Amino acid sequence: MIHETIGSVGHLLVIISFVTALLATFSYFKATQAADDVAAKDWVKLARAIFIIHLIAVIGVASSLFVIIYNHYFEYHYAFSHSSKALPMAFMISCYWEGQEGSFLLWIFWQAILGVILMVKNPKWEAPVMTVFALVQTFLTSMILGVILPYIDLKIGSSPFLLLREAQPDLPVWSLQPNFIPKDGRGLNPLLQNYWMVIHPPTLFLGFALTLVPFAYLIAGLWKNKLTEWIKPALPWALFGAGILGIGIMMGAYWAYETLNFGGYWNWDPVENASFVPWLVLIGAIHTMIAYKHSSAALKTSIILVISTFILVLYSTFLNRSGILGNASVHSFTDLGLSGQLLIYMLTFLFVAIFFAVKRWKQLPVDEKELGIYSREFWIFIGASILGLSAFQLIFTTSIPVYNKIAEAFGIVSNIALPADQVEHYSKIQIWIFLAIAALSAVGQYIWWGKLKESTSFKPLTNSALVATLLTVLFVNLGKVYTVSYILLLWTSLFSVIANSNILIFLIRQRFNLVGGAMAHVGLAVMLIGILFSSGYSKVVSLNRSGFAISNKVEQFTKDDNKENKENLPLWLGQGAQMQDYLVTYKGRMIELRGKPGYYPRKDFEVIEGDFHAVALRNVEKDGQMVAKKGDTLTVEPENTYYELEFKNAEGKSVSLYPRWQVNPKMGTAISPDVKHAWGHDIYTYVSLDPRLAAEAGEEKQWSQTVNSTVSIGDTLFLNDFVAVLQDVSRVNSVEDMTLGPNDAAVKAQFQVLGKNFQQFSLAPLFIIKGGMVAMPAFESEETGIKIKFTAINPKTQQFSFAVNTTQQDLIIIKALEKPYINLVWVGSILIFMGLFVAMYRRMQQPKAA
Amino acid sequence: MKKTHIIGLILIAVAIGIILITTGDASTYVGFDEAERIAQNNPNQKVHVVGVLKKDAQGKIVGMHFDPAVDANRLEFIVQDSLGRENQVIYPAPKPQDFERSEKIVLVGSMQSNKVFYCDKILLKCPSKYQEGKISADSTATYEAKKQL
Repeated sequence: MIHETIGSVGHLLVIISFVTALLATFSYFKATQAADDVAAKDWVKLARAIFIIHLIAVIGVASSLFVIIYNHYFEYHYAFSHSSKALPMAFMISCYWEGQEGSFLLWIFWQAILGVILMVKNPKWEAPVMTVFALVQTFLTSMILGVILPYIDLKIGSSPFLLLREAQPDLPVWSLQPNFIPKDGRGLNPLLQNYWMVIHPPTLFLGFALTLVPFAYLIAGLWKNKLTEWIKPALPWALFGAGILGIGIMMGAYWAYETLNFGGYWNWDPVENASFVPWLVLIGAIHTMIAYKHSSAALKTSIILVISTFILVLYSTFLNRSGILGNASVHSFTDLGLSGQLLIYMLTFLFVAIFFAVKRWKQLPVDEKELGIYSREFWIFIGASILGLSAFQLIFTTSIPVYNKIAEAFGIVSNIALPADQVEHYSKIQIWIFLAIAALSAVGQYIWWGKLKESTSFKPLTNSALVATLLTVLFVNLGKVYTVSYILLLWTSLFSVIANSNILIFLIRQRFNLVGGAMAHVGLAVMLIGILFSSGYSKVVSLNRSGFAISNKVEQFTKDDNKENKENLPLWLGQGAQMQDYLVTYKGRMIELRGKPGYYPRKDFEVIEGDFHAVALRNVEKDGQMVAKKGDTLTVEPENTYYELEFKNAEGKSVSLYPRWQVNPKMGTAISPDVKHAWGHDIYTYVSLDPRLAAEAGEEKQWSQTVNSTVSIGDTLFLNDFVAVLQDVSRVNSVEDMTLGPNDAAVKAQFQVLGKNFQQFSLAPLFIIKGGMVAMPAFESEETGIKIKFTAINPKTQQFSFAVNTTQQDLIIIKALEKPYINLVWVGSILIFMGLFVAMYRRMQQPKAA
Repeated sequence: MKKTHIIGLILIAVAIGIILITTGDASTYVGFDEAERIAQNNPNQKVHVVGVLKKDAQGKIVGMHFDPAVDANRLEFIVQDSLGRENQVIYPAPKPQDFERSEKIVLVGSMQSNKVFYCDKILLKCPSKYQEGKISADSTATYEAKKQL
């Protein structure tokens, strides 16, 4: 049965939320234009009621969609495309943000809540601020409206409540079965089935939503001619927004570090840049907003930066969702046909903002005297400008695909591509910018707290500079830092850590709620040191030194004598390979059982094809506890294969890592690393290739032709590059899965097998006589790729016959990187966010801020 | 002149510098012929080439060579660019996952003097990724069939 009601309710609520947003805009606008206070009050009252209905409708939309996903109504396109029956509860919430409509919905939801908070908290500014707010809500709700205008046949928005047959009317199935309902959905992209992906998008979108608050105050201020007063209420929101957006970005970065295999947490991907750039600009805006009182330059810059932040959020949404990055980025959304609408949205607010700014520009206060070199405002202004420069560089390069499109619109064929090595491109410029920012943050804090004055000049910083120099010399020698730009960055970062820590200690003694700035600046400098070492000195530890790999193509292998060529290490099942300080052994493919901790050998389970259950092929134990009995059915994540890699150090201490291959039906195979955390560094390992899984030939192994040999005890056989010695043949009394009667007999042959590196394995094929019949079960050794049968016994000659087949030994290729001091990146970023929140608290508490 | 103006001018100068660096770093989408010409002028310049893997009439990939047991860091294959030119490509890394399934392939690298294209980076366009939520008629059919079993 098709559940049409819930979809209709949802769609109706979408329309209600759109209409109420529009009406609220109108009513608030009327309130701002009202001739007297009484009329204004009436309009505000009406507008409030409408906006509350709007919030309720938005919550209703979200709930309807959740009902559809939760109850597996796969007749709906959204549920079919983004969820499945296998999905645990937590990930059902993630289904929201896998699709574009759901993520718009999330954004709308946050903004509706923020609107109500503003309404209650700050009635003085309510009418103009909420006019902007409600107008933004109108544009956003139109994105999920899903209404086709009659006559002109124009589609507005894309509704999440489309039935499958409405979304894909061309399928042949509809003509046969108009009420066809798929039995299961296509599921949530397994890459997103990760706890970070449950919390990262809501945090990020809350951050995006929060950038609207300072923007709304700014527009209200310009509009109502309160050219400086808007900053006071906007500043705590800006600080809060920067904290939340920053946390959202770092969560995404950590997810990428854990889940993707590009070797780090940041890849300068357009999608990443798109959220980072508004954050940088917002940080710049916060700085100038602190300094506006004594400097018109700071006020003007604040206006420009607050507008830019908001517009850049819209621009990045446009970049990610219009499909314009299609050729350039791996993880942009597909085009839903909303690019035109997004463009109108962005341009409307750009135009409105520029209109008001230009109109009021002449009325902005003018500085009476020039900014002195020892004034706070001077340094803040430079700092904010440099942050702006950083943002400009990032967005200028990220927009390259846009230039092609614009050129195309004018009929010019343009084929510029993003730089071939983006990481190198961004890093080589940004390193200098952040070097300057680190230095400025130290000087700026000293000036801000009155430690540097005309009378002292720059002397108070001498100590910090000296200590930083000493430490730099030390670290350069210890860490072998020999690149000039890195040495300079190291020095400035250390200088910044020390100088800002001095200020931090000084402030903690004074009043704790003043420490926000110093704390964030220490955090930034710590983070820079972490970035410098973890990225600049990230080292490949999986260097391929095994002479074996070179065997056939010596000439070709040595010809391309670059390090890239040898960065991936082949590992054969069960055979150790030395990697830096560790002996690494590949111990087999593993699987996860839902609800049971740890990993279990994949070969002990048979995964039911096309399902998410598996049957245990034998009793499975872990740490003495029975996990599954033979024949039990268990819930699994069939798309995930884990590889157990044992790392053993010289002292014999071992730890296992489980990097993952995910054969992901939505986007092909995804490779995830596993990370071994240590205080000073992380070891980051992933399986760059599993030839057997990649060929999807996992099904059948290719065995060589049978070779028969007859040997005596002590004789040697050469099998598959191994040396096998027949050590013993003896009678055994019991055989697994078989009961032996009084007239039956079983004989076991024992081979000791030696590999090239003297690893030892054993082969133990059986020869069984049961009820007068002969059985010779094959003994298969996965590690050596040998299958052996005990075929005959000749009692006279004391010789034994064996039939042997060999196959390619199970092999995977891994890459491992060492990332020194990466923990400093996380520690630093946490300090930044704590600093931002402390500062927010202070700006809320103490309105007459310095 | 005021200090802020001087700073403003410096900032503009730096911004222009950034634009120039970016223009210098930006790569281009070209065919193999153009890649060869660029390589003759500047061997270090990296380009993007968009093409498809060479396949025979049965859809089997032709000219691909990868043997992890011999050298895990070397993949050889043949790509046909949009202008029809076929070229030998060498990628000094393991074979990317889903390589065979790609319907379009973007190579980032440069042409060497021996007319072999050495690429540092491969971007694959796999068909599934771009058809979000599409059910093909036969996938529903197999599902129905399975249900009846």
